[in-house]
Amino acid sequence: MDGEADGSVTVSEDSGRRRRVHGMLKLYYGLNEEGKTPEQQESLDPCDINGPHFDPELYLNKLRRECSLAELMDQETCMVKQIRSLDSDMQTLVYENYNKFISATDTIRKMKNDFKKMEDEMDCLSANMAAITDFSARISGTLQDQHTQITKLSGVHTLLRKLQFLFELPARLNKCLELQAYAQAVSSHRRARCVLQQYSHLPSFKGIQDDCHAIMDKLAQELRQKFSKPQKNKDGGTSAKDLSECVELLLQLDEPAEELCDKFLSHARSRLESDLQGLEAEIRPYPSTSTLKDASARRLSSAAAVGSPTDCSPKTSSLLSPSSNTDILEFIDRGCNEFVSSLCLVITSYQELFINHAQTGELASKNIPQMANGKLHAFVDDLAARYFSLVERRIQEEKGVGDNSLLVRALDRFHRRLQAVAKLLPGSAVPNQGTEIVVRAATERVKQYLCALQSFYMDSLTDVRQALAAPRLSVAGASVAGGGAHLGGPASGRDAPTSLPELLSSLSASILNQIKSVLASVHLFTAKDITFSNKPYFKGEFCSQGVRESLVVSFIKFVCQSSRQFCESAGDKGGSTPPALLLLLSRLCLDYETSTISYILTLTDEQFLAQHHSPVTPVTSLCAEAREAAQKLLNHYVKVQGLIISQMLRKSVETRDWVNTIEPRNVRAVMKRVVEDTTSIDVQVGLLYEEGVRKAHSSDSSKRTFSVYSSSRQQARYAASYTPSAPMDTNLLSNIHKLFSERIDIFSSVEFNKVSVMTGIIKISLKTFLECVRLRTFGRYGLQQIQVDCHYLQMYLWRFVSDENLVHFLLDEIVGSSAHRCLDPAPMEQSVIEVICERG
Amino acid sequence: DENNIINKNVLLHQAGEIWHIGASPADKAVLTTCYNKSESHCFLLRAASPPDWSSSDATRTDAGNLSCHNVLWEPMGDGKRVISLADNNALLWDLQESSTQATVSSTATLEGKGQLKFTAGKWSPHHNCSQLATANDTAIRGWDLRTMSQIYCIENAHGQLVRDLDFNPNRQYYLASCGDDCKVKFWDVRNVQEPVKTLEEHSHWVWSVRYNHSHDQLVLTASSDSRLILSNMVSISSEPFGHLVDDEELSEGEDNHQEDKSKEPLKDSVVSTYEEHEDSVYAAEWSSADPWLFASLSYDGRLVINRVPRALKYRILL
Repeated sequence: MDGEADGSVTVSEDSGRRRRVHGMLKLYYGLNEEGKTPEQQESLDPCDINGPHFDPELYLNKLRRECSLAELMDQETCMVKQIRSLDSDMQTLVYENYNKFISATDTIRKMKNDFKKMEDEMDCLSANMAAITDFSARISGTLQDQHTQITKLSGVHTLLRKLQFLFELPARLNKCLELQAYAQAVSSHRRARCVLQQYSHLPSFKGIQDDCHAIMDKLAQELRQKFSKPQKNKDGGTSAKDLSECVELLLQLDEPAEELCDKFLSHARSRLESDLQGLEAEIRPYPSTSTLKDASARRLSSAAAVGSPTDCSPKTSSLLSPSSNTDILEFIDRGCNEFVSSLCLVITSYQELFINHAQTGELASKNIPQMANGKLHAFVDDLAARYFSLVERRIQEEKGVGDNSLLVRALDRFHRRLQAVAKLLPGSAVPNQGTEIVVRAATERVKQYLCALQSFYMDSLTDVRQALAAPRLSVAGASVAGGGAHLGGPASGRDAPTSLPELLSSLSASILNQIKSVLASVHLFTAKDITFSNKPYFKGEFCSQGVRESLVVSFIKFVCQSSRQFCESAGDKGGSTPPALLLLLSRLCLDYETSTISYILTLTDEQFLAQHHSPVTPVTSLCAEAREAAQKLLNHYVKVQGLIISQMLRKSVETRDWVNTIEPRNVRAVMKRVVEDTTSIDVQVGLLYEEGVRKAHSSDSSKRTFSVYSSSRQQARYAASYTPSAPMDTNLLSNIHKLFSERIDIFSSVEFNKVSVMTGIIKISLKTFLECVRLRTFGRYGLQQIQVDCHYLQMYLWRFVSDENLVHFLLDEIVGSSAHRCLDPAPMEQSVIEVICERG
Repeated sequence: DENNIINKNVLLHQAGEIWHIGASPADKAVLTTCYNKSESHCFLLRAASPPDWSSSDATRTDAGNLSCHNVLWEPMGDGKRVISLADNNALLWDLQESSTQATVSSTATLEGKGQLKFTAGKWSPHHNCSQLATANDTAIRGWDLRTMSQIYCIENAHGQLVRDLDFNPNRQYYLASCGDDCKVKFWDVRNVQEPVKTLEEHSHWVWSVRYNHSHDQLVLTASSDSRLILSNMVSISSEPFGHLVDDEELSEGEDNHQEDKSKEPLKDSVVSTYEEHEDSVYAAEWSSADPWLFASLSYDGRLVINRVPRALKYRILL
């Protein structure tokens, strides 16, 4: 603040000083500045040394009165100083301004001279100009009338030229007509038409006009003729070009556009229809003789030439059929090349003629484009519908699944060509219909693939069945031969099982391959280079619904379904399907559950990246279904195998006279058969299923349990049963035993392992044995025979089951029951039984 | 039964092992036994008076070489006609007034390949007692007793042996059968291609199937899985929509009506499973006196008498 204040003070001081100097100079020059008020202010004080009203007397007096001597002295020196500086200032100013003044005076003097010179020249110029104007006026006056004459002459010249053209017009038109240069004629006529129209009241022009009209009428006639009979032209392309030319000319001749449209279209239609007929003729692969004759009469083409021998015999017709039935790609190609391309041509020329042309010309006002457009749409839609129906018929004939690529390529071409139509005709429904056809064909194809897969599956099952049947025959033969063949039995029984895993792997591999190949060929539909693959349908729904759901998932479902059918249909007839097949299928289903389904679905999802998130069947539910099927099949397998063994046991029990039998010498052959069959089943199951867990038992468990079974309890039971006093004890004992043993579910479902399967089979067999024994009456030796048999079974069956106590319990029951049913229950010595069993 | 005392009278049967007993529907003193004496099977008519079983006079009828194992009384008759099933013959006997004499009036023979043998039979209470159903192996056959000719045949009725049959007491064409395939099937004999209904509750052979005499939705099955199962087969009973409600009752009030409505959708279901037996149950039978009482007999000699659960009883009655 202070600094600023100081600054302002110095400035004001400085300005004050300058003003002072200025003021003094002003005074000197007598100039009056604008600032009157400060002067007035200053004037008020006579003691102001700078003021105009300065009174030296007053000032001096004042000083003298107020100041001391020293001050006065100071004042005096200061005053002297100021006066000196003012003097010097004045002197410098005078010098400076003197120079300037001198030079200014010089300049002014020079200017005065120059102006005087210029004035002279200007005077001269004005005099010259006046002379020029004078001359020019004189020249134009002389040229005036010549100019008008020239203008008139040139006008006459052009008029004469026009007239000449008009007079020559009829002749020229005639000449054009002769030369068939219609275009030139029409353009000439167009030029003259207006003039003639205007001057038609003059007789000479009238004559010309009439002549022209006559000629032009002739020309129009000729054009029309040409237009209506274009069939003479063999070549389609040039004909179309000619046609369009005709139409153009006719349009220029003011012919009604609508009529022309109709004519044009009807002509085009006839040509396109002949194309369609050609296609249709190809579609009929197995024509009846009459239609074939028709065809040959109509078109003396190759088809007829091939077709003629058909009349002779059905054999040749069957031979002929593939040749006359050209493959679909060829067909579509032909359709595209002939029909679609000429359709495109028609559309372009039509649009060129009636729509684009008309829009620029004077016709636009008459709503002709709209009318023409409507006609065109109707025409295209109609023809396209017919074409589509033909294509669809042809596609439906394409039943074979073999070469999908051909179909896809054909569809692709079909679709691509229709895109051209779409480009030409933006509002048309044609491309959409075409896409629909493609979609339909694709879904149809997927269905066919499903059928093919299913039939393939069934075929391979039949193959497997046959493969199984061959070795099984020997087993059956062995069983018929009875006990004598039991040495050969296991060997022949083993033949079948060795091939089982191979069969399984080949079956599943071939199915998987088939699925893969089907997927690959279906994948063609969504390949990148196929035009319709980026339609939303093919991106979304086709992948998820079409391929995944209706192809893959339904195939898996079909596999499960058919497997279950095996269980159900066979259930009533008692095993019409070979049990090995059941086992195989069960394993197949289980494999599906564990890996194959998820593999297939992953494969599918990878190949068909579905962007579209519609609800799809989850893998888990399919797996559950497969597992259920596997379980059912395995249960059924157990049931069937159990039944086979039980039938054997039952027959053996029912057909024997147990009362009057002889003392047992050896184990009955049936029991050996049972053990053999069980062994072979064990081998068979072991090939496909894992061992599974069994309750721990020592290696000599057969011995150990046997001793328990025979010595302690059985003896007690037999003793009880034939001493009349102790029936209560027997019941008590067996009841107590039963109380502590678990209830056995005979036909319960089994787990997916060998032991569980074998346990199931053995349970069923032994329970049957038990029930049959209870229905018979035994003699002494009958009981002993049962004892021997049971011991034999004991020796061999324990190793197959998960819990050997189960076998012991059931065999106990058998022996116990037979003891109950025995007239003379005298059990055999344990050692004798062992000897017999070991010998047998 | 009232005082829960079961009278026990022991009747000594001299001849041999008894396989089948049938009581005459007309005369309570008369019953038939079917027995075998070591190898020859006969059937015996015995007239006995309950208070004093010793004063029995028996008619012994020998069926020759045939092994007779099943004797059926005419269900509604006056105790004059009896059918015995022996091997592959069905013999119709006429009894004399005093039940002391029996003569064979007609026979029907099943012919075919192999050894055919009737395993079970049932005399239909319908059609004036002129029909008989028999089972052999897996087939069920119907016979007309007037002509002794076969009238229908259900081949492969069961996957394995057919063990027992019973006629629905109220619906004349309905027949229940059971067999070794663990299934109980219900047939309409007018259409023998497909069973009307199949039950698969047992886990071993089903030995016996019995309709309740008065409420035919109750079906009792006995199986060698040592279970007895009582099923409520409403959909194929004579009262598929529950007990018919009288008009008067309907007019009584809305509440009643609503209750009835809520009761209507009774479904076929297993009412209960009886597991008292420790061994195979071979026979089950309804009481002829009390429709809610039934008995079952198992191999271990245990006879179990049960009642239909009270809740179900009331649902059926009300």
